[in-house]
Amino acid sequence: MGSLSKTFTSSVGRKFVMGLTGLFLISFLIVHVSINALIFLNDGGQTFNVAADFMGHNLIVRIMEIGLFAGIILHIVQAIVLTAQNKAARPATYAYSNASANSTWYSRSMGLLGTLILMFLILHLYHFWWPTKAAVFNHEEHDTFQNITMVFQELWVVIVYVLGVISLGYHLLHGFQSAFQTMGWNHKKWTPIVKAIGFWFSIIVPIIFALMPISIYLGWIS
Amino acid sequence: MNLTLKVWRQKNSKSTGNLVDYKVSDISPDMSFLEMFDVLNEQLINKGEEPIVFDHDCREGICGMCSMYINGRPHGPKDLVTTCQLHMRSFKDGDTIVVEPWRAKAFPVIKDLAVDRSAFDRVIAAGGFISVNTGNAQDANNLPIAKSKADAAFEAAACIGCGACVAACKNASAMLFVSAKVSQFSLLPQGQPERYKRVQNMVAQMDSEGFGNCTNTGACEAECPKGISLENIARMNRDYLTAKLFSEEEA
Ligand code: HEM
Ligand code: SF4
Ligand code: FES
Repeated sequence: MGSLSKTFTSSVGRKFVMGLTGLFLISFLIVHVSINALIFLNDGGQTFNVAADFMGHNLIVRIMEIGLFAGIILHIVQAIVLTAQNKAARPATYAYSNASANSTWYSRSMGLLGTLILMFLILHLYHFWWPTKAAVFNHEEHDTFQNITMVFQELWVVIVYVLGVISLGYHLLHGFQSAFQTMGWNHKKWTPIVKAIGFWFSIIVPIIFALMPISIYLGWIS
Repeated sequence: MNLTLKVWRQKNSKSTGNLVDYKVSDISPDMSFLEMFDVLNEQLINKGEEPIVFDHDCREGICGMCSMYINGRPHGPKDLVTTCQLHMRSFKDGDTIVVEPWRAKAFPVIKDLAVDRSAFDRVIAAGGFISVNTGNAQDANNLPIAKSKADAAFEAAACIGCGACVAACKNASAMLFVSAKVSQFSLLPQGQPERYKRVQNMVAQMDSEGFGNCTNTGACEAECPKGISLENIARMNRDYLTAKLFSEEEA
């Protein structure tokens, strides 16, 4: 019973994996948003392209990328298993439930928000990850910045991206502090600080992400 | 007060139930919610109908029996009270009130509003105790305990096992209950010898009873009549992960 394998199929163990992969994905977001912000230098994408090129070819980043995909898949697999178990734990639902009296809507909608993020992610990978990979594979030069300016000419793409990062924002508004709670990192002194950082992170990071497509579509950056 | 009640009626655990409308009149605002149900049941008995089965015992907020999901919330609209402590002045004349049983796979309906909460007893039996030799109690001053720890343990021990946390949780998770029962011992010196065994056994039993997994929505804490804190869930997770990953204490 004390064996490690059973640890990660228990309720607390699965949540541990969920929290760990969630925090790992958050650390990826910090790198991602920092590099993206380079386009706001408005230097025709010069600095941004240098960074993007580095990320596309550096070996350590390549290895991290495999870890990132593994992390997302693990996060999604646990999300599916946990959500299925949670649904099974209440076979008969209430005729009348006033859930907003005791919890926020986004804390109760993590699966839905995650699914929206995933749908956005697939489109996002198709737009940016795939062309970069294809160029590396064919030993071609790839101007990532030019690709961005092309993709964000379409209004519907801009709208989908903005909705995508809003979903991410709400997912993190609950998820950031939730991950710390899951890991057992609750502390009278530190938890208020974690909650404050999580709150501002969940607002500022999506805004920076959303500003990219918006400013390119509106021609603020070229 | 005149009220319309929509009450869940269900013959037994096998049958499917449904909400049935009842009218009650001349209800005093000073009655408790359970006394209002007593009036309704007297009406039903006088009419030759079967009274509504509901759990209750102490009627003073300490036994945890009075499970009723009232207008979409466990124990009704007031914070930090059980159903027996909820008074009719919390409602308005002419209100319609929906009353359902706790709903969870691990809490099957026995009849009407009464559910079987023996899953909680089995979780306790799996580790919610300390093993001591009988004899005289030793001198309390032999075991100095920090005030903050003693207070936190005392607050965790206030859990009355009512199951409102499970009823409120969208996942029907029992984490608040189990973490309170783990914490009250893991904070105190007497609980240390079995600390890492206890948490492993109690979580395993909780999982096997078919409760859901915590997603930290905080609904349990908001609805708990005894104000049990989410800090206990974090403490249980910490103890569990420490036990599984680092302790050599097999459970
Ligand atoms: C960049 C993408 C994502 C990030 C940064 C992220 C982050 C997080 C974090 C930090 C948590 C809290 C973990 C915990 O409480 O233990 C979480 C929970 C969760 N995530 Fe994600 N996630 C992402 C994508 C997804 C996707 C694609 C899905 C679904 C397919 C998903 C579904 C869920 C679910 C169901 C939970 C559990 C809710 C909870 O326990 O509070 N997430 N996520
Ligand atoms: S934790 Fe609170 S809501 Fe849950 S069983 Fe104990 S007293 Fe009831
Ligand atoms: S009847 Fe005992 S707590 Fe309500």
